[in-house]
Amino acid sequence: MLGALIIVFREVIEAGLIVGIVMAATRGVLGRGRWVTIGVGGGVLGAGVVAMFAGAISDAFQGAGQELFNASVLGIAVVMLMWHNAWMARHGREIADEMRRVGVAVSEGAKPLTALAVVVGLAVLREGSEVVLFLYGIMASGTSAASLLAGGILGVAAGAAFTALTYFGLLAIPSRHIFSVTSWLIALLAAGMAAQAVQFLNNAGLVVALDHTVWDTSWLLSDGSILGRMMHTLVGYTERPTEMQLTVYIATLFVMFLLMRIARPSPRRRLPVAAE
Amino acid sequence: MRGFLVVIGIAGLLATGTAAARSDDYVLTIKDHRFSPEEIKVPANERVAITVINEDATPEEFDSSALKVEKVVAGKSKGIVRIGPLKPGRYPFIGEYNEATAKGTVIAE
Repeated sequence: MLGALIIVFREVIEAGLIVGIVMAATRGVLGRGRWVTIGVGGGVLGAGVVAMFAGAISDAFQGAGQELFNASVLGIAVVMLMWHNAWMARHGREIADEMRRVGVAVSEGAKPLTALAVVVGLAVLREGSEVVLFLYGIMASGTSAASLLAGGILGVAAGAAFTALTYFGLLAIPSRHIFSVTSWLIALLAAGMAAQAVQFLNNAGLVVALDHTVWDTSWLLSDGSILGRMMHTLVGYTERPTEMQLTVYIATLFVMFLLMRIARPSPRRRLPVAAE
Repeated sequence: MRGFLVVIGIAGLLATGTAAARSDDYVLTIKDHRFSPEEIKVPANERVAITVINEDATPEEFDSSALKVEKVVAGKSKGIVRIGPLKPGRYPFIGEYNEATAKGTVIAE
């Protein structure tokens, strides 16, 4: 049962970290609860569908379907996160100012909540489909299934609690700093996703340039450990990055900050993304 | 340096073609949540494709941070895992859904 709990928890925290950060990044925006719920709900449904068609997806594109699917999902999420950060660079200041003046909720209709709902949905879909497959395997295998299944469900619950912890932890940040912090978190999140996407393209046999491993820090922090997984989601940590992964990671950060700079309003007042 | 890396990349690209053609040479079978063989030898410094055949009814995830691969193989189905180029050495992998029994090692030499 403990084993099942840990496996499920490991998958759920990856999506949970993303949901927690998105919730914090949309603090004070009216209607965000509904969008995040739509994202999570859509992701869970999608996870079921993906798990059901796992075989078909895998067989597509000469056996590289699964890798291409994962790379696309990550790629879309990266674009959405870039859009969000560019939008925040333009409007974050106003929202933070207003939050300080009137308290908490702000009616900000134009916010691209759809972008973040998509990010949440894709994160839940990707990790969720693995949870569904794992739990399906347990149920299909009979014998000690009940206790394993209980472990799985507890794993989901623990993951949800972890999400809440991430969110409330981020909320402790004073409102005038929160958007610069979440912008950084989202930039690192996106860079890590891009680096992971390009590795999937490598596994698919598509992007095979610069495929040598640059370093190996598995002795220090293993990808398989809980902390390794969390760092993987948060900052894109991987124990053996390839040259291509590093290149893509840095390029994504560069493009992200370039977009934020372009989107930033020009007036003299202090800028929201300037290092504080 | 850059040019050198690009040359390596192109070499890698060419190597893929060969590896794909020989993917039948490397086969791992999953049965009763165990890999067979549990050790598989592949050439070092080459891209290699391993066909993973899952004879169990339940899905399995071929997972190895050392090989930089995460691949779900549905029950009663097969999947291709592309790895390398690897430096000579031992690279452990697991079946994530049945970690207690599904373990193996790729040996690059």
